[in-house]
Amino acid sequence: MINWSLVVQMLPVFWDGLQMTLILLVAAGVAGLILAVPLAVARTARSRWLAWPAFGYTYVIRGTPLLVQLFIIYYGLPQFGLIRNSALWPLLRDPWFCAWLAFTLNTTAYTAEIFAGAIRTTPSGEIEAARAMGLSRAQVFRDVFWPGAWRRALPQYGNEVVQLMHATALASTVTIVEILRVGRDVYTNYLVIPESFGLAAVFYLGLTVLLTTIFRLLERHFLRHLDPRSSITAAPAEPRKTTAHA
Amino acid sequence: MKFAALALALVCAGPAFAQDRIRIGVEGNYPPFSKVAPDGSLSGFDIDIAAAVCARMEAECTLVQQEWDGMIPALSANKFDMIVASMTITDARKEVVDFSDPYYDVPSRFVAATGDFEGYSPEELAGKTIIVLRNSPRAQYLAATYPDSRILAVDREPAVYLELAAGRGDIAFGSSVVSAEAFLNTPQGEGFDQVGETITLTDSVDGGVGIAMRKGDEALRLRVNEALAQIMADGSYATMAEAYFDFDITPPHARN
Repeated sequence: MINWSLVVQMLPVFWDGLQMTLILLVAAGVAGLILAVPLAVARTARSRWLAWPAFGYTYVIRGTPLLVQLFIIYYGLPQFGLIRNSALWPLLRDPWFCAWLAFTLNTTAYTAEIFAGAIRTTPSGEIEAARAMGLSRAQVFRDVFWPGAWRRALPQYGNEVVQLMHATALASTVTIVEILRVGRDVYTNYLVIPESFGLAAVFYLGLTVLLTTIFRLLERHFLRHLDPRSSITAAPAEPRKTTAHA
Repeated sequence: MKFAALALALVCAGPAFAQDRIRIGVEGNYPPFSKVAPDGSLSGFDIDIAAAVCARMEAECTLVQQEWDGMIPALSANKFDMIVASMTITDARKEVVDFSDPYYDVPSRFVAATGDFEGYSPEELAGKTIIVLRNSPRAQYLAATYPDSRILAVDREPAVYLELAAGRGDIAFGSSVVSAEAFLNTPQGEGFDQVGETITLTDSVDGGVGIAMRKGDEALRLRVNEALAQIMADGSYATMAEAYFDFDITPPHARN
């Protein structure tokens, strides 16, 4: 039987936890997106000096669990007196900063791989056509190449944002009170499942529905040219498959 | 398993000993009371007490290792039948579990970098960050007594000292025995010291550490109490305690 009065009593605490989860998600998500774009370009660059370090970074980050990265940053770095005496210490001392740093480094690597994949699958005909129309390199990048890559990356990127949201639950392991931590506290103090982890799950599910809805709207906006009904009237934004460029 | 050898095999199993397979929840992150060796074997004062109580009850026991956070929930979920994990007897816990008589009583103490603090009055610690085990009686005590201090509440007792050594707080509040054993006696604890006198929470919260059982498990509770009384009376308790502590940890009710 669900103890509804306990649920009502706990809602303000969960609300605080929800805000912390959202702050972590937005702070790490925005920073990760900003960092991932140049990293993806470097990852697909012809120059080895750009491509290899970028590959090394995404390989290491994607090859180790986020929890391990978080623990290395939170528990590992302060072991060194050099770091404790450095200008970075006021930041690394703060659990919130450590969590933000770990989530940002992590989502940057995954997002960069998503964008790199989208860049690689850009049809060369698109670029050739744009060049043939006399567009400059900068114009091609800004008006043709990047919008196309963004459209192809969008569905996968939506998944990454949802996964990042779920990953913020790990912040509870470094004393940050977000949704899961609130759920664990309620569980430890009242020993009730539906009112603790159940409620936490409802909050995470709600956030997931919200995020997937936002990304569905974004996809509808950016990929509307793929809608068969609109493609009858609107001019195709991408060259038809039949226009072979051989 | 070493532990199984300690438990007496029950030859004359009668109806009175119908459920003599007892599962005991233990922790492993709280030296010298419980710790896990690299090979996975458990040792410590809690583990010895569990073995001795078990032997006196003539039961066959298995140890179940469980993270502190989920200790009472796991008991409620019937993952084991009693908890021997240095659990302080508090009013809040008594609402959900039953406790045996206390089997030890160890005061708490502040620990900080040598010379950082003279004492531990709420005035002196105002505005400072105190590190403490989350959801513990000590955390409740701090919240009530040190309203002007910042509290950094961590998940496990060893993390209290990890955070102190890392510099994430100004002063730590923990078991006087655990801080000495698990921190001050180790290389990491160099340059740190206990601050001021020991503090007994008995006045503010409750006191003593007991063995927890599911509510209403009265038969088991009486057997455990009898076993505890026996080991305290015949001197085996003192022998066990001497191996770990250089002062008396006997709970007040059992002292001569």
